[in-house]
Amino acid sequence: MTDFTKFAGPKLGGALNKLMDDRHSDHLGIKMDTPFTRVLIMLILGAVAVAAYRVIFGLGASTNLNDYWPWGIWIAFDVLGGVAMAAGGFIIAAMVYLLNWKKYKCIVRASILNAFFGYLLAALSITLDIGRSFVIWHPMVMWQVNSIMFIVALHVVAYTSTLATESSPMIFEKLGWNKALGWVNRCMVGIVLFGVLLSLLHQSSLGAVYLIAPSKLSPLWYSKHIPYMFLISAIMMGLSMVSFETILTSKVFNHEAPKDVLDGLAKGVVFFGSFYTLFKFGHVITGPGIGALFTSGFLGFMWLLEMAVGIVIPCVLLAKKSNRADLNTIFVANIMVIVGVLLNRLNVGVFGVSDYANRVGGDYFPSFMELLLTAGMIAFAILGFKVCAKYLNLFPEDHH
Amino acid sequence: MSISRRGFLKGVTGSAVVLAAGVPSVEAKMSTELPPEAIGLLYDATLCVGCKSCMVNCKTHNSVPGGALYKEGLVSGVVDSLICTKSEKTEPMKAPSYETDTIKGNEGIWDVAQDLSGNTINVIKAYRNGTGEKKDSAVNGHAFFKQQCLHCITPACASVCPAGAFIKDPKNGVVYYEAYRCIGCRYCQIGCPFNIPRYEWNSAWPEVRKCQLCRHRLKDGKYAACAEYCPTGATIFGKVTDLREEAKKRFAMKPGTEYNFPIKTLGSKETLSRPVAAYADKVYGLTEAGGTQNLMLSGISYELLGFNKDIPNSALPDLTWAYIAKIPWVFLGVFLGGTTLHAITSRMYKKKKDEGDHHD
Repeated sequence: MTDFTKFAGPKLGGALNKLMDDRHSDHLGIKMDTPFTRVLIMLILGAVAVAAYRVIFGLGASTNLNDYWPWGIWIAFDVLGGVAMAAGGFIIAAMVYLLNWKKYKCIVRASILNAFFGYLLAALSITLDIGRSFVIWHPMVMWQVNSIMFIVALHVVAYTSTLATESSPMIFEKLGWNKALGWVNRCMVGIVLFGVLLSLLHQSSLGAVYLIAPSKLSPLWYSKHIPYMFLISAIMMGLSMVSFETILTSKVFNHEAPKDVLDGLAKGVVFFGSFYTLFKFGHVITGPGIGALFTSGFLGFMWLLEMAVGIVIPCVLLAKKSNRADLNTIFVANIMVIVGVLLNRLNVGVFGVSDYANRVGGDYFPSFMELLLTAGMIAFAILGFKVCAKYLNLFPEDHH
Repeated sequence: MSISRRGFLKGVTGSAVVLAAGVPSVEAKMSTELPPEAIGLLYDATLCVGCKSCMVNCKTHNSVPGGALYKEGLVSGVVDSLICTKSEKTEPMKAPSYETDTIKGNEGIWDVAQDLSGNTINVIKAYRNGTGEKKDSAVNGHAFFKQQCLHCITPACASVCPAGAFIKDPKNGVVYYEAYRCIGCRYCQIGCPFNIPRYEWNSAWPEVRKCQLCRHRLKDGKYAACAEYCPTGATIFGKVTDLREEAKKRFAMKPGTEYNFPIKTLGSKETLSRPVAAYADKVYGLTEAGGTQNLMLSGISYELLGFNKDIPNSALPDLTWAYIAKIPWVFLGVFLGGTTLHAITSRMYKKKKDEGDHHD
């Protein structure tokens, strides 16, 4: 290992040395220089180039967005999807710190870190999606309380800071800053409670963004209850994401998956999934009618696909006890929920407005640059998580 | 982990009070009433001959300092945004924001705007069916129609903007745009049910463009350029309450009745006498999205002209307000519920742990 005191002086170098010390994660066997990591870095570099091009030449030059289709995958996938993926952070934190369900303590750090990356991804994407990136802070000084977007902006800032604070003990621990560590730990319950509050509001307000567009968003998705639909599907997504990640880390790192924890998470998915299924079907029956699913062509198909892949099939799979004992079944079901909820966000953000946009002459398919930036963002989150797993004590329970 | 419960509760209560005080009060809800001196336009499509004089004059009169299409340059726009102020601008534009490249072979010759865009805030479009012979007939006929901002009584664009870049003038009700506030998020484009705000897609510091009812001309005693330069009286300017009466009167008249149509402004001495055409559907703008200050009459059904038929007849911002009004209660509920649950479960956990220790 490099000794940083040689380059950066004893104080800063010493701190860097402590940060770069990865002995505690030796047992995980994380290798940094792999072909996969190289691909991730290439994607990140590509995304950086796209970001620069977008800032210099504008949105018209880099995206296929237009006046009839003003929001594309950067909003629907990166922002709506990224934030939904981050829901695991507040759920697990609430379970461990508020409800004292201590068996989940072994995954709390990983899920908060995962949430942090989800939010970072969303925040970076929205910064590039807005036309005037350098004044993204305007809502903070120009309060406009009628705007859901204003509320979303406040939440993103407040919750990203909250997540950073919730993750900070991992850093303080390594640096040996015991005073700061003690302070954060003492306030942890309050911080977690604040995070839960922000998440409940933020997850639902992303759905509330579409409340203003009853004449544009397809009635298959538009509902005055859309904020709550977003919240419940985000909870499902969050639980699945945490479970997926736990199984994945156990597969790629030398780290055993805690089976009772996964069983609990799977039960949670079934619980919220059953409720969500009733909610969604209830909405379609009382709104556009079940028949609309089969007469609205492509959109009806997308609705059924989203529900089947993301909710119904995984819930049926996980409802059976023997299936919940099998890691591979849980893994597959988790992936289905993640894909399904992402599909829901794409349906609301992109496909759901297609009927309206097509009628007035609009068309949209993401440009190469839009796709590359999104890919780069995902790569950034994966690589960031991997680096943190290597250098931070992400799975504290393993030491027992 | 050791937490002093008293200190924690104190902190929670304190922050709950502070946060609840910062949460929007009910007064912040947007008004659904017509402002006292509301002004607007009445566009009667049956009088429009498609000369596009309004388009030409809209562009020239708005490409001056203060106008809706005026832009000084990239640097001053960026600086204004960064320091959050609107600087006084006097430098004339090199040329109005013409669109000369939308038709092949026309590069740099005519302004040939095909639709509303970042450079065009008022457009005349044509309807055509079959042989197109008969004016204002849905079958084998033709008609012209105008698209521009309708100046909603409760504008969705003003309610959705996170930085308050869209403002409804509390007196005359004009919905205008302050570029220095804008962050370019395009939520206004999602929110507007009439699909009016347009974006400068090809700019590195884009603005949103829409009709601002020639707000900059009002202080000189002038009014909307499209009305002033309309030769047939298809677009007239006036007080909204009067325009509503006029529109309803025309709509109720028997087709073929001879009528003196005022030109330029309602109540003007200049009139054009001609028979009233058969109007379709309704007076557009009385109820759409809670009502608009600009009104329209047409001989062709609005749906055939491509107007969105799904627009609700109530103010759209109310839909979001129903959600926003619940936020203070969520604050209260989560703080109280969260602390209670934490207190109970901590106790249970401690008890269980003590018992566990006992057994060991």
